Amino acid sequence: MKENQDPLEQAVSNDYKYGFVTDIDTDTIAKGLNEDVIRLISHKKNEPEWMLEWRLKAYAYWLTMVEPEWANIKYPTIDYQDIIYYAAPKPKKQLNSLDEVDPELLSTFEKLGISLSEQKRLSGVAVDVVMDSVSIATSFKEQLAEIGVIFCSISEAIQLHPELVKKHLGSIVPMTDNYFAALNSAVFTDGSFCYIPKGVRCPMELSTYFRINTENAGQFERTLIVAEDESYVSYLEGCTAPMRDENQLHAAVVELIAMEKAEIKYSTVQNWYPGDKEGKGGIYNFVTKRGICKGDHSKISWTQVETGSAITWKYPSVILKGDYSIGEFYSVAFTNNHQQADTGTKMTHLGKNTRSRIVAKGISAGHSQNSYRGLVRASKQAINARNYSQCDSLLLGDKCGAHTFPYIEVKNKTAIVEHEATTSKIGEDQLFYCRQRGIDPEAAVALIVNGFAKEVMNQLPMEFAIEAQKLLTISMEGSVG
Amino acid sequence: MLSIKNIHANVEGKEILKGINLEIKAGEVHAIMGPNGSGKSTLASVLAGREQYEVTAGEVSFLDKNLLELSPEDRAREGLFLAFQYPVEIPGVSTTNFIKAAVNEKRKYHGLEPLDSVSFLKIMKEKMKLVEIDQSLLSRSINEGFSGGEKKRNEIFQMAMLEPKLAILDETDSGLDIDALRIVANGINKLHSPERAVLVITHYQRLLDYIQPDYVHVLYNGRIVKSGTKELALELEEKGYDFITEGVDLNA
Repeated sequence: MKENQDPLEQAVSNDYKYGFVTDIDTDTIAKGLNEDVIRLISHKKNEPEWMLEWRLKAYAYWLTMVEPEWANIKYPTIDYQDIIYYAAPKPKKQLNSLDEVDPELLSTFEKLGISLSEQKRLSGVAVDVVMDSVSIATSFKEQLAEIGVIFCSISEAIQLHPELVKKHLGSIVPMTDNYFAALNSAVFTDGSFCYIPKGVRCPMELSTYFRINTENAGQFERTLIVAEDESYVSYLEGCTAPMRDENQLHAAVVELIAMEKAEIKYSTVQNWYPGDKEGKGGIYNFVTKRGICKGDHSKISWTQVETGSAITWKYPSVILKGDYSIGEFYSVAFTNNHQQADTGTKMTHLGKNTRSRIVAKGISAGHSQNSYRGLVRASKQAINARNYSQCDSLLLGDKCGAHTFPYIEVKNKTAIVEHEATTSKIGEDQLFYCRQRGIDPEAAVALIVNGFAKEVMNQLPMEFAIEAQKLLTISMEGSVG
Repeated sequence: MLSIKNIHANVEGKEILKGINLEIKAGEVHAIMGPNGSGKSTLASVLAGREQYEVTAGEVSFLDKNLLELSPEDRAREGLFLAFQYPVEIPGVSTTNFIKAAVNEKRKYHGLEPLDSVSFLKIMKEKMKLVEIDQSLLSRSINEGFSGGEKKRNEIFQMAMLEPKLAILDETDSGLDIDALRIVANGINKLHSPERAVLVITHYQRLLDYIQPDYVHVLYNGRIVKSGTKELALELEEKGYDFITEGVDLNA
């Protein structure tokens, strides 16, 4: 019996289920970026003057910056004048409730597994749905408002809660932070806003689903989560986009603020269109995510499952300012075909007795390149800071790459930083063992990879862990012959 | 059940099996013995369908099917089970989930519905007794951090769960202390039935104190050079392999 020489090589075919386009009337502006475009966006969103000024300031700063080149990714130069910066599905009339949402949109999100209709909604999960540049609907808003939780689109928050937005927007990721954050600050169109008041434990998962639909449009979302003293919130974001030959840009900024004894758990299942087998098309995903543990005994935990995007550039970070605060980063990054991912985290220890934990699992298949980049920093004041980092890479086949770039900066003697890293290949032995038990190669690879990623998957909220596991399995389909 | 005719097989271009003939009928227990490097494990791998082994000549039929045309997973689903000499670790995959996947793949192949969790656990509990295996072991990642004895016991447990027609035990006795050996052998004996055949591959005769073979074959330099009954194993134990291998023409 002679089969294909390399059974692993074939596991890497693409079956992107979310690649359809919704045919819907869209309000788009002309391609290109200048002050007038920013004024137009701000005008369309009916923003107050301060918001426009903020955007223009960011734009002016962005113009002075250059695109960063240090990441282990290669892509053609992005033409920022060839992108549409605002695209919104046209509402048929003013919406009074979710049930009045355009049926075309409802069916789009049904197809994506997100039910917006009142009856079928996932119980225990409130969803904000963002298509291209605008938020379409937010569920459970009223129920959450009763306990003081604000969950709405950032556009709405700018209108209804300007003090909160003004106070916190850009406080963790300043507009000057980096090239993509400056761009986002200038042109961001929508995203989610969550505010959890003091002492409230948010009773349901809050979640935002991001969908890119319009051709040539970029998506620039902005998310801000504020958890006051002794509050708790678990938030999840998911994302998909149609299959197209052209690359599309997604540059988001997420800011988290945890006050004393507050806890924010932020999970991401990222499944932007990754491009085809030859590496054509796909989303360029440049994201700045950062949280601050501002109060003592606060905790921020990032969990991400990254399977999509042609390019991922993303380092969800935590500034551990409060004493005894905790930062966590759990990541599974799966790259296939010609995908490139440069992702990791920054843990900045400033407070005393702060702790951080990093568990990063990279899985590379096809011709993909998968890099972990992480920085652990302990300042002079960060007495007794502790970090534990574990970075494991799994290779499927021999044409892909796994890279680890850990940076450690420790300025005081009491800090303890531990770093462990492993690289392994799915062995012929493991595959054969599974096959001898009657498990076909594809199912075997899925089993092995899910086993490898288990520690991170376990961190996801229950409702999404199963979805994420399925997603990982689908992304790998065809990885074995 | 299994009929091997004149099998030749290469590994990396080197011929390891040089014409093996063997007939195994349902209900029979065969033992293949031989010194290191004689081709015992190669034979097991060839039967299970390991791809690094290239069959250059010969035929194997298993339950009236051409075994060599089946993929490794289909051989398993047809009822061929190999207890590995060195079972591999799969981190993060619990033994329970692994076996459940295997059992259900086999059921699917035979047109049966997958077992629900309750029925699966019930069957598992029964089989656990057979090999005196502990529940806690089954919830751990498969073979990860298992002792040698635990790994082998786990192999026999999987065999019990999969209920194969033909079980090939590749050096299952190696690395076992006497208690573990007894437990493993007991498990095998309890699973043995008139419908099932067992092929025991071993270097030493001690396993055969516990598992009574109907036939014993001596494999040497890629060929079966002598076949006999249980007494042959005892003779080998007493005299060593030299008494057989002397006089066998290596170049023939």
